[in-house]
Amino acid sequence: MSGPVRVVLPAHLRTIARVDGEVQLDVEGAVTQRSVLDALEERYPALKGTIRDQQTQKRRSFVRFFACEDDLSHDEPDAALPDPVAAGTEPFLVVGAMAGG
Amino acid sequence: MTGVRVLVGTRKGAFVLTSDAKRRDWTVSGPHFAGWEIYHVKGSPVNPDRIYASQTSGWFGQVIQRSEDGGASWDTVGNDFTYDGVPGEHQWYDGSLRPWAFTRVWHLEPSQHDAETVFAGVEDAALFKSTDGGTAWTELSGLRKHDTGPQWQPGAGGMCLHTVIEHPSDPDRLYVAISAAGAFRSADGGETWQPINKGLRSGEIPDQDSEVGHCVHRIAMHPSNPDVLYMQKHWDVMRSKDGGDSWQEVSGNLPTDFGFPIGVHAHEPETVYVVPIKSDSEHFPPEGKLRVYRSRTGGDEWEALTKGLPQENCYVNVLRDAMAVDSLDECGVYFGTTGGQVYGSADAGDNWAPIVRDLPAVLSVEVQTLP
Repeated sequence: MSGPVRVVLPAHLRTIARVDGEVQLDVEGAVTQRSVLDALEERYPALKGTIRDQQTQKRRSFVRFFACEDDLSHDEPDAALPDPVAAGTEPFLVVGAMAGG
Repeated sequence: MTGVRVLVGTRKGAFVLTSDAKRRDWTVSGPHFAGWEIYHVKGSPVNPDRIYASQTSGWFGQVIQRSEDGGASWDTVGNDFTYDGVPGEHQWYDGSLRPWAFTRVWHLEPSQHDAETVFAGVEDAALFKSTDGGTAWTELSGLRKHDTGPQWQPGAGGMCLHTVIEHPSDPDRLYVAISAAGAFRSADGGETWQPINKGLRSGEIPDQDSEVGHCVHRIAMHPSNPDVLYMQKHWDVMRSKDGGDSWQEVSGNLPTDFGFPIGVHAHEPETVYVVPIKSDSEHFPPEGKLRVYRSRTGGDEWEALTKGLPQENCYVNVLRDAMAVDSLDECGVYFGTTGGQVYGSADAGDNWAPIVRDLPAVLSVEVQTLP
């Protein structure tokens, strides 16, 4: 069973996207990092380039992806996200890495 | 209401300072884009309600903001700064070659000829242009692809294109400056470029007279006399009387000729301002005295302006984009410091007062003179 995918953005990106709290996205097909982020950027074009490099589509170095208490940052972008994320029972977290500043 | 709007970019947000023409009482708004580095905020000379801001972060990259109401509200516009073609390589600090990679926008220059046109100077050094108010950006890649490109190398702050100047009557004529490549000029709207660094001498490079490699910190021009250019180089204050074909040193009696910004009085094309900094490693005013120096002779002869500025224990820096002038009858001069102060003078530099004292480190200061 799948529901809307829940995405939690860091505060600075919520400001850019002008959203409060979680974002809920309808994702077509397999629920992967790529499909979730594609849907996120389609809904909120201002987020293009802030999570993934616009040219390479690679995760920016100081952005991390967490879900179900696991760090998924280094997973392949087309790997399936955990079932609870696809089902909408657990959120996909976009996190600014700890990097001082 | 006649007045001024001072646009301040800092390490942790943007601030807008407004005053009437007396420039005594100020209203401060901000922080806008709190927590982000705001490298530059600048308004369109054609449409002063339109203002652009370069918003950047080590985490989330580059965002460009645009206001259509004088800075009261903002919307994101285009932030895709893709280099034209295969980017190629430039020198790295250790002499190795490194691929060109976009890091951030240092400087936004809204065109004085067209309200929809805006230029962006970026790190790694390249010039981008938008003709739709910042929605889509196209690289003017003839600059980066100049034969000397592989010889360019970063200054300590990164390999940034930080200065963009349009000729006041010929939109095809452009000047840019890059740390540490030097100054360049185009006569065809940015399609092709030529280095204009003859007469610069830099002890930091093996051939002091090299065509490129000079760490130019800032160039300034007065619109009434566009053949005259002023330059604050890493060391040396320079002047060109022939549109950059050749340069002569005009450091004269400055206590040190190291510094970052250089500005020209709004109504007196030979009145020039610099902020001397002790050295390339000691980025603070000599003797702990914050002094703006003014020349009324286009350089060579300089006077210290100190009234209202701290004259002891002051160890701040003033960065290259952090000085600007207004164009009211009595020219106002403004600068911001890495200590978070923005100082203003409503009488061409004779007397100074802090407008704000405790902002985050100031990266840029621009001024709009409002009708």
